[in-house]
Amino acid sequence: MTDTMIDSKSLIIANGLSKSFKKVKVINDLSISFNTGERISLSGPNGAGKTTLIRCILGQYIYNGKLEVLGLNPRSQHKEAMQQIGFIPQIPPPLKMTVKEMLDFFTKLSGTPKDTFMKISDDLGLEVKKHLSKSFLKLSGGMKQKLLVAFALGRNPKILLMDEPAANLDPEAREVFFNYLENFNKNSLMILASHRISEISTLVNRVVEMDLGEIILDKKL
Amino acid sequence: MIQGIYNITILELKQSLRSIWFWAYCLLFGGFVAVMFALGITESQIIGFVGLGRLMVTFMQVSMVILPIYVLISTVRSVVGDRETNVMEYMLSLPISFSSYFWGKFTGRFIEIFIPVFLALLGATIWGTISDIDVPWDLFSLYSSLLAAMVFCFLGIGMFISAISHSQNFAISAAFIIWLFLVAFLDLILIGVMLKLRMNPELVIGVGMINPLQVFRVAVLALFDPKLTAIGPVAYYILDTVSRSVFIAFSIIYPVLLGFLFAFFGNRNFNRRDVT
Repeated sequence: MTDTMIDSKSLIIANGLSKSFKKVKVINDLSISFNTGERISLSGPNGAGKTTLIRCILGQYIYNGKLEVLGLNPRSQHKEAMQQIGFIPQIPPPLKMTVKEMLDFFTKLSGTPKDTFMKISDDLGLEVKKHLSKSFLKLSGGMKQKLLVAFALGRNPKILLMDEPAANLDPEAREVFFNYLENFNKNSLMILASHRISEISTLVNRVVEMDLGEIILDKKL
Repeated sequence: MIQGIYNITILELKQSLRSIWFWAYCLLFGGFVAVMFALGITESQIIGFVGLGRLMVTFMQVSMVILPIYVLISTVRSVVGDRETNVMEYMLSLPISFSSYFWGKFTGRFIEIFIPVFLALLGATIWGTISDIDVPWDLFSLYSSLLAAMVFCFLGIGMFISAISHSQNFAISAAFIIWLFLVAFLDLILIGVMLKLRMNPELVIGVGMINPLQVFRVAVLALFDPKLTAIGPVAYYILDTVSRSVFIAFSIIYPVLLGFLFAFFGNRNFNRRDVT
């Protein structure tokens, strides 16, 4: 029995989802559902609408149509929906807080013990204890990404959204990161937006390809 | 929501404590009080006022010049800046409501702007007590309230501009234009012209009463200038129309309400549009 069969509940349902920026449709009447246990590769060329779709799921864009995340409206029930979502952005944000402050902040927000985040960071090759007093802004791109990965995975979310998450990681950290993803909670949903399909092909069980705001391929592996 | 506001407020405050601008701002007001004591301003006299009252009035005059533009320029970048730099994309992927984020930023900024000014004023009174100078506590509490009201007001306007702006450049330009507009409607400049053109006094008073800068200025001067010799034509009309105590109450309540109204609509806009 596959994990999908254990719990086939759709965690994300989009129905007639559209998003335009100044009359340019970036997502065009998109209907799709993402289910528990699925590891999805979300691919497509630049401007395909991948990041826009992710931001809609994160409740950051106003959209037309229907979008449910864990049965919630990600816009009007934003906080509740985000409790269950872990997100790794493409570009680390220029946060000025120190690594220690970030750890405290995430611990307060998620209730996850600090040690959990630190353990994942250590596994990825970032010895957090050595960098506690450093500003997040002053870490290298790879270090920032490792920390963001640790914060996303450590919260053990039901939905893991990743926008080019491994772009800044060195090969060793990338391997550890993909191992983590492989062993990540099987009852969760994972969406990986990436250009490097070959890198994640062994990890995913469904491929969704977008172009010009539409789904052009949706295939279960 | 309260917990969310608290978390963002703490984050905002910690960021400020690391900012060189925050310490420069603290030094400016703290240093200003120290310099005034050193120059013996408490011993000089103006319109019958000596001692700490004289120092406080000068402090308030300086605050009126510096605070509004400082609050506006430093606040308008907060929301739109986070939007432009992808900070917001990340922060709002966390379990934080839009309103908690907005009001948390508002609260954090209020504390970091008001507390240094308040501490400078408090420091002056403590110094005065130690130096055996009479401390006008009624003036101190009223001036503290006026300062808090003014910070609240311009913070609300700043957060509104920040929430509706698409770029930091636009936000800063808008803030500067609004500040110039308010300065132009101080009675010393445009209102003086309006009076000279023999415009309806009610209209002139009305314009003066809706300008928070003018309200602040009149309230500060009304508290120490019992003969109304230095307050300007509109201030004179205003204080001739309403009693001093009514105006003082108005000068605290009105800017707070105005600031809250702007912040409320800023938050509403923030909740109803794309945040990244």
